[in-house]
Amino acid sequence: MSATNAGTAGFDAAAAARAWRPPPLIESPLLRYAVYLGALLYVVLGVVTVEVNWTRAAEGMGRAAGFLSGFFPPDFVSKGDDIFEGLMESLTMTVVSTALGIALSIPVALGASRNLAPLPIYLFCRAIIAVSRTFQEIIIAIVFVAMVGFGPLAGMLTLTFATVGFMAKLLAEDIEDIEAAQAEAVRATGAGWFSWIAWSVLPQVKPRLIGLSAYRLDINFRESAVLGLVGAGGIGDTLNTAFDRYEFDTAAAVLLIIIAIVLVCEYTSGWIRRKVQ
Amino acid sequence: MPILERAGGTPEWKRRTTAQDLMVWTGWLAGVALAVACFQFISDRTIWAFVWDAPQQGADLVSRMFPPRWSYADQLWKPLWDTINIATLGTLIAILFGVPLAFLAAHNTTPSVLFVRPVVLFIIVASRSINALIWALILVIILGPGVLAGILAIALRSIGFIAKLLYEAIEEIDPSQVEALRASGASNPQVLAWGMVPQVMPAFAGISVFRWDINIREATVLGLVGAGGIGMQLEASINTLAWPQVTMIFILILGMVAVSEWLSARVRHAII
Repeated sequence: MSATNAGTAGFDAAAAARAWRPPPLIESPLLRYAVYLGALLYVVLGVVTVEVNWTRAAEGMGRAAGFLSGFFPPDFVSKGDDIFEGLMESLTMTVVSTALGIALSIPVALGASRNLAPLPIYLFCRAIIAVSRTFQEIIIAIVFVAMVGFGPLAGMLTLTFATVGFMAKLLAEDIEDIEAAQAEAVRATGAGWFSWIAWSVLPQVKPRLIGLSAYRLDINFRESAVLGLVGAGGIGDTLNTAFDRYEFDTAAAVLLIIIAIVLVCEYTSGWIRRKVQ
Repeated sequence: MPILERAGGTPEWKRRTTAQDLMVWTGWLAGVALAVACFQFISDRTIWAFVWDAPQQGADLVSRMFPPRWSYADQLWKPLWDTINIATLGTLIAILFGVPLAFLAAHNTTPSVLFVRPVVLFIIVASRSINALIWALILVIILGPGVLAGILAIALRSIGFIAKLLYEAIEEIDPSQVEALRASGASNPQVLAWGMVPQVMPAFAGISVFRWDINIREATVLGLVGAGGIGMQLEASINTLAWPQVTMIFILILGMVAVSEWLSARVRHAII
């Protein structure tokens, strides 16, 4: 290395011009610089228009230490009943909404696959998916809370609705990619529609269905932990109350429990996905 | 796939043995029983009288939501711009911190498997398990309400996401290219720049755009806890029961999400 460097110590302009360079990401130089300039302009504009109350932020920095020390030690005991109640609500919400959501998402996914469904049904199912995926769970929860009142039922309905959109979209993509020959072979035996789906489509998408279900179970628990902020039950409710009452030690306990359960969910769902795929 | 003998002596194909069949059915029974028990728990905490008039409430809500108050849109452009900023600047900050963390966490690039890697993995897990809304809740208490809390909440949640997916991509790179560079006498930074970075670049771009897309959605609700963006207007409109304004906000969110989804799909197609 050092020997070659010493040999070409003098700068050779001709060699430098001939030297290989990796091709740029965007081919046309005009478009490339336009994109760079646009990005730079946006960042400058964005940063400039962000209104920050620096005096308030600086004050907060001083108080942050006191606030964070309020987190320690975490207090699992004094509000233990509330935490347990919130946790049970979150867990039951997760289980029911995942089960119900998967059951409902299968027909929607079949309807949203262009190779199975006629156009009107396809468009209808795609519309359901689009609505469910556009709005954040919290926003859907606000609407459900307005309709069925406060409590875990609103959270359960929200998560079910979100699960349907998520599962149906990803499952439909997989159904559209199935091997057509197998489906045709089963059809050629004279199978009816249901046997056709059960013996040619389902076996091909089953690993993906199981993997997605495990993944969604994991997501649903994470989401159930925040739905309480808008009154849809679950451990988020407990957390919100703890923050409102300045019981930061209880809040810390709740956060630790959430992290622990998310970890367990994540490892389990990862293990299931590795196993089926 | 067992073949079972029938009484008549004709073999019949069965998918499972009887014992396997029983196992599968027991599994289903247990699953359904668990779901029903869980629903029972939720049902006990529900005031069903409120639920039964939900269709009526829903119809009532819809009638109050329409027509949307179009004139309200004039007050929403600034919050909408703030929402986009929260998502984009938050994602940028997350990339800034997430990329180094990913290289520190990946098995093949970490400086120390014993000391650095576990610490970085813990940071990634803590960042990922706490929802952006909860980060926002904490940051609003510290920094006061506003866009800054939102940007940092999005960033804190996204760091773990980006770092995790990126370090998995780094661990899956083709080692022969790295070896070839090393054999040519390249130094460590050179191996990183010419052997590893080009290999993970498509994954990195895909992950960043994917997270940005998610962040646009998340940024719409951060305002509910005071962290800026269009969620602040949403909260105010709901608290004053101004449902026509809520509809207007929903329409704008719908439009923004559609545009962001289209944009991220375009970028993903261009890269991959």
